[in-house]
Amino acid sequence: MAAKKLNMRKRYELLTRGIGWETSYQKMDDVFPYDTFEGIKITDWDKWEDPFRLTMDAYWKFQAEKEKKLYAIIDSFAQNNGQTNLADASYLSAIKLFITGVTPLEYAAHHGFAHLGRHFRGEGARVACQMQAIDELRHAQTQIHTISHYNKHFTGLHDPFYQSDRVWYLSVPKSFGEDALSAGPFEFITSISFAFEYVLTNLLFVPFMSGAAYNGDMATTTFGFSAQSDESRHMTLGLEIIKFMLEQHEDNLPIIQGWIDKHFWRAYRVLALVSAMQDYMLTNTPMSWKEAWDIYFVENGGALFEDLGRYGLKMPKHHELATAEAEHLSHQVWSVFCALGNATGFHTFEPSDEKMDWLSEKYPNTFDKYYRPRFEHWKKQKEDGTFEYLASLPQLCQVCQIPMIFTEVKTDPMQLSFRNTKFKGDNYHFCSDGCKDIFENEPEKYVQAWLPVHQIFQGNCGGATIPEVLKWYKFEPEDGGDYFDSQDFRRWQEWHGKDEPAKTGSDN
Amino acid sequence: MAIVAKDGYIDFVRDKVENFHGNQLVLVSWDDHLLFCAAQAFPLPPEMPFAALVSEVIPSVFNWHDEFKDIDWAKTQWNLDGEAFSPDMDKSLAENGVEHKSLIRFKTPGLTGLNGTRI
Ligand SMILES: [Fe+2]
Ligand SMILES: [Fe+2]
Ligand SMILES: [Zn+2]
Repeated sequence: MAAKKLNMRKRYELLTRGIGWETSYQKMDDVFPYDTFEGIKITDWDKWEDPFRLTMDAYWKFQAEKEKKLYAIIDSFAQNNGQTNLADASYLSAIKLFITGVTPLEYAAHHGFAHLGRHFRGEGARVACQMQAIDELRHAQTQIHTISHYNKHFTGLHDPFYQSDRVWYLSVPKSFGEDALSAGPFEFITSISFAFEYVLTNLLFVPFMSGAAYNGDMATTTFGFSAQSDESRHMTLGLEIIKFMLEQHEDNLPIIQGWIDKHFWRAYRVLALVSAMQDYMLTNTPMSWKEAWDIYFVENGGALFEDLGRYGLKMPKHHELATAEAEHLSHQVWSVFCALGNATGFHTFEPSDEKMDWLSEKYPNTFDKYYRPRFEHWKKQKEDGTFEYLASLPQLCQVCQIPMIFTEVKTDPMQLSFRNTKFKGDNYHFCSDGCKDIFENEPEKYVQAWLPVHQIFQGNCGGATIPEVLKWYKFEPEDGGDYFDSQDFRRWQEWHGKDEPAKTGSDN
Repeated sequence: MAIVAKDGYIDFVRDKVENFHGNQLVLVSWDDHLLFCAAQAFPLPPEMPFAALVSEVIPSVFNWHDEFKDIDWAKTQWNLDGEAFSPDMDKSLAENGVEHKSLIRFKTPGLTGLNGTRI
């Protein structure tokens, strides 16, 4: 008898909803022990709508196609020595920060979704999370495969996962991922799928994918596109879970609002690193951080929250501060990397004259007034041979773990923003009201934070001197420091037939 | 607000002063000198005289700045954990009220960064 061909909806029902059942030997609460303690009330899991109705067999087929295309392009990039066609080798700083900062976060997301794929009671949500778990693993893997080609030619790409667990600035994305992973399943998915992927993801993809395309990095552009088709599914999941929770019970609203406030701010602080990538590390920049923020957060995010207003949801708390910071963020972050450039796993450099003019144009209210002087000062010191890196360790924010470099942008942009509180007799410091609020809502969690600076002083990071700590990070001597003194720069000059190392290399 | 957790929650503080081998963490910031980007962290014995903070610890890092040599310490204005204060140079950090993870800020009248740009 010939099998009857089922339509997609029917197949989805049989292959997804049909795999769940009401348990009888064990209590449902024992089988699914994690999906109630957060206080989210779900009265009917069957109301879960999966907008893609993707079955596992169809999923495997789609993904296999994408992989085939991606690996064909990566192979031809390698065979054609694509690395020589980049805009400049200094562009690699962005890739180095990406593989050490973002790729481990993809892996953490895989870990979290695998957990949800087992522990959500509703089988529709469970299957969606299982697919996302595999997607995120695929993202980590394809990023490693693509970037491994650069590891043959450039420094600083050798130990991303090892470094993610140790390095001072990599604790920023790591602690965000672990904050979400150590929460309950509904908070995790609100954090990653909604706050990060739905609300903020374009701010990562634009500098990264368009940035790669603008700088001749076709390999990265290709895996970016390959990941982005998964990303649109993830964003839909993010929106669906928020609506589902809100529709299930009115008591869910304040809990969800609190999570959105928290994870918006956490994710936004992680993106501070991306802002520096976008405005400073990319040789050619498709758009400034401020332009991207205005389009993707102020406009698109504003419209999203207007739409969600019918559920009673409001814009994330402190979003106005994030918008006010948009004219300052990348400059403040790149300044601290330049000052501590002997302790980074990528090369730092003052912007070229051309880049400074671009920054003045994109940041007419802030760059010349507040930021140009420090870069010109360091540039001059380097020309005079008097430049030294700052040999000390900065104060860190207890929550976002970024050095406390942010300023009072609304009242006095040259005044550092200091916030603090006491908990059980100890002092705690924060970079902003956003981070302070997060701490005060769950102090028991953040008093456990593994702050890299404090760990160094407690003797847990290989020694008390900077060289000992860098060795413990597995930073090789040629990984950090100024780009124009680097092996990457010299190699780039050789490839392009310039044996006179010119200090103006990034100006062209 | 207390944390929402499945089964209780471990009571663990990672940065207790006991973990710093006899030191306490002290944070120091020089106002109007943003070349430093942030306050700087130092592990210091609580019995260290405040004078040693000024003559040894602070110069070890802050002399990175060209204006450092021009500081008149007699005129310097101090702030401890958000309050103006006049340190007793002969007394220890602890006796001056400097706690584990206290923030000390100092302002140097007349010195407002390179060319007055607050960097
Ligand atoms: Fe991903
Ligand atoms: Fe994703
Ligand atoms: Zn913070």
